Amino acid sequence: MEDAYHAFLTQTELPQEAGTEGGILSGIRVAVKDNISTKGIETTCASKILKQYIPPYDATAVAKLKAAGAVIAGKTNMDEFGMGSTTENSAFGPALNPKDITRATGGSSGGSAAAVAGGLVPMALGSDTGGSIRCPAAWCGIVGLKPSYGRVSRFGLIAYANSFEQIGPMAANVSDCAKLFSVIAGGDRKDSTSVDKPYDFAGLKPEIKGKVIGVPKEYFAEGVDPEVGETVKAAISRLESLGAVIKDVSIPSMKYALAAYYVTCTCEASSNLDRFDGVRYGEIAPEMNLPWHDAYTKVRTAGFGPEVRRRIILGTFALSAGYYGKYYVKARYARQKIAKEFAEVLTGCDMLAGPTMPNTAPKLGELMKTPLEMYQADILTVPANIAGIPAISVPCGTVRGLPAGLQLMGRMYDEETILNAALAFEEANR
Amino acid sequence: MTEENFQVIIGLEVHCQLNTKTKLFCSCSADFRADAPNTHVCPVCLGLPGALPVLNKKAVMYALKVAKALNCTIPEEGEFCRKNYFYPDLVKAYQITMGDDPLAVGGYIEIEDDAGNPKVVNLTRIHVEEDPGRLVHMGNKERGYYTLVDYNRSGIPLIEMVTEPELSSPKEARRLLNKLRATLEYLDVFDPEKEGSLRVDANISIKGHERVEIKNISSYKGVEKALTFEITRQKNLIRRGGEIVRETRHFQEGKGTTTSARSKETANDYRYFPEPDLPVIRVADWVKEIALPELPDARRDRFMQQYGIAVNHARTLTGDLKLAEFYETIAKEGAAIAASWTADVLIGELNYRDMAVSEVSGHAAEFAELIALVRDKKITDKAGVEVLRVWLDAIHKEGKCEKPAAIVERLGLTRESGESFRGIVEAILEKNPQAVADHRAGKKGALNFIVGQVMKEIKGKSDPREIHAMISEILGE
Repeated sequence: MEDAYHAFLTQTELPQEAGTEGGILSGIRVAVKDNISTKGIETTCASKILKQYIPPYDATAVAKLKAAGAVIAGKTNMDEFGMGSTTENSAFGPALNPKDITRATGGSSGGSAAAVAGGLVPMALGSDTGGSIRCPAAWCGIVGLKPSYGRVSRFGLIAYANSFEQIGPMAANVSDCAKLFSVIAGGDRKDSTSVDKPYDFAGLKPEIKGKVIGVPKEYFAEGVDPEVGETVKAAISRLESLGAVIKDVSIPSMKYALAAYYVTCTCEASSNLDRFDGVRYGEIAPEMNLPWHDAYTKVRTAGFGPEVRRRIILGTFALSAGYYGKYYVKARYARQKIAKEFAEVLTGCDMLAGPTMPNTAPKLGELMKTPLEMYQADILTVPANIAGIPAISVPCGTVRGLPAGLQLMGRMYDEETILNAALAFEEANR
Repeated sequence: MTEENFQVIIGLEVHCQLNTKTKLFCSCSADFRADAPNTHVCPVCLGLPGALPVLNKKAVMYALKVAKALNCTIPEEGEFCRKNYFYPDLVKAYQITMGDDPLAVGGYIEIEDDAGNPKVVNLTRIHVEEDPGRLVHMGNKERGYYTLVDYNRSGIPLIEMVTEPELSSPKEARRLLNKLRATLEYLDVFDPEKEGSLRVDANISIKGHERVEIKNISSYKGVEKALTFEITRQKNLIRRGGEIVRETRHFQEGKGTTTSARSKETANDYRYFPEPDLPVIRVADWVKEIALPELPDARRDRFMQQYGIAVNHARTLTGDLKLAEFYETIAKEGAAIAASWTADVLIGELNYRDMAVSEVSGHAAEFAELIALVRDKKITDKAGVEVLRVWLDAIHKEGKCEKPAAIVERLGLTRESGESFRGIVEAILEKNPQAVADHRAGKKGALNFIVGQVMKEIKGKSDPREIHAMISEILGE
């Protein structure tokens, strides 16, 4: 398959498994992000250190895809270990945005978004730790859902920040997105943080009338491109015209979200990635006759890219003796506070709406100049991961010729409401 | 400085492998010792990317049982956390353990101090954690050294029990371990006979000085040895005016010494934080399901009551579950004689041969037969010991043995009355006029010498008291 967008790291085209012809995804080609384990297929997380790592087992989500008749089309490009918002942190080169190949796809599930937006596959699995499904979905003009924490098994998802991330569906339209979600949702005995709440695709219907949509003012604050803000406001007005009730709300603790997110995710990442030490992953050159501490250092320095090294160092620092209380513990309080505020606001609303990203797809290299600017791009997506709630990004028009995404955030385990609302919006825009 | 000024303070951190069927976080079999390296492994215990831990509830139940038996306070919730450090045997570069919210806190163990008085040793905490893999160092000077990793042990459930620094001697430490072992065995959560199933870290200091941690002592004897060595080392250092450095030392099992660990290994900052892959466990309801069996102290008291045996016998017999069970099957032959033959004679002979009680557990009926032979005066005590030795050697070497009566028969050890040896006695008296004269002159020990000569001649087939009486009679006393 011609891959003009560098969407794939590995193309596979495995044949459909026997006996799955009646499955809901029978014969459908699905791309899988390269941080999701696929039995017998190299799974690198777009990192040099995992080059040649071939998992001996399938992630639960992949096993479910196969059982539903899907054809695994290949493994998609991403920011190394999911760390980044543009897919430019891939050790194997960035993915290109099919809407404008001089621009980034967004990330970290940029390869999956490009594969769908570029028409290479109808649907793909991504993973979302702080916006990694929704960001590239918004910037590439497709639909992407970050499920409620626990609704999809993480078994086989190579961990970046365990307490935030979820595997989720990405597709060209809401219906396909919901269909893919129905396959992967549900409890898994192999993931103790999963909950047994399957999703019934037959229940998908356009439904917005009478639904109360909260619009947090923080989602239109400074830093949000005014034209993106206007486009999303227009989309919300559209929802109102379809019968939704719009309500202004506020989530003041959102100002702590980015800090709480980056402290926690770097802490978890530093621990998760310590196992890549050259004993079983990464290359130890035979001439490297060093004491093991020194060999580890050498392998890890050579094997990880700069952004991954930065986050490992940040997380290691934040967890070290004397700082744990200042950073990790404080971040945990902030998380609880943010989650509580979201839950409270969502008792008076059926869902929340706002932009997915504060701006449109940047030129390649534009966000790579300073890490902080890159981190700030996550401001509107991170809160849903902190609160654990589901959030979907649906295309809502263009700004200067580039796609913008409308983000709908639902109550915990209530993907149904936001998927139905997204479908209603999509149909009205058709 | 005098000896009295050296007050020894010891605290122990004891790790025991729980004898669950499967590992702590996956369904791999925990019974790996007989199998080839890296055959009891799966993505979870290999720490493969993306694999997630699933808690084996049984392991937690076992630990809760221990906590209950040791009188601990059990909080309603426990939380797993990650202890991060790099080591080639640690698959994930972190160990899943428990930090600020362990399974149990407080609790105590009753032992005896060195004067034989009861002593209570308080516990700090109890938690469960996973065992790392194992490194096997290979090679030699000529061909170079290399290290292999075996992950069969990776993920085996461990219970860690930490005592307060309240022990005052290596012997006390040993007694505490014995008590702990017995308790865990009674609870059926631990198999002390499995190699490497117990590991101890000890903190030891002389009052007023810094404390030293001795890591990874892997036997009961090792603990006593390591502590004894370390006390001597510290005392000598203080006597010479030196200063004890706060450090970690390794015990060299072969040499019986401790050596300083390199500072790099001790400079670990473990970066503990809650394990995000496992939910907090609510154990309050689990604790209610736990019923404790009879524990060593209760069994000791029952033995004294039910069998009317002395406290020291009762304590020894109940200090090992298999021994206690063994005794209960043979007590019908006579509680007192069975207690004495088990606690005094059998244990000594087992220890001498480095045999475990379990090796004779299946032979209780034969041991009972031996006791009956002694009890019914079919053989003498001395012959009984000889039969026992032959019997144990056979079990030890071949795993099977003859019936005691057959051994008696084969060796011709059947007891005969003193009277049947009158001729021999008279002959020996005749051969030893000096001893007879010494005896008549009131020299102590002279008569015993004669009795000894006779016993030797008749291979212990008669009761020395009978022989004694006969000699007195012959000498007209």
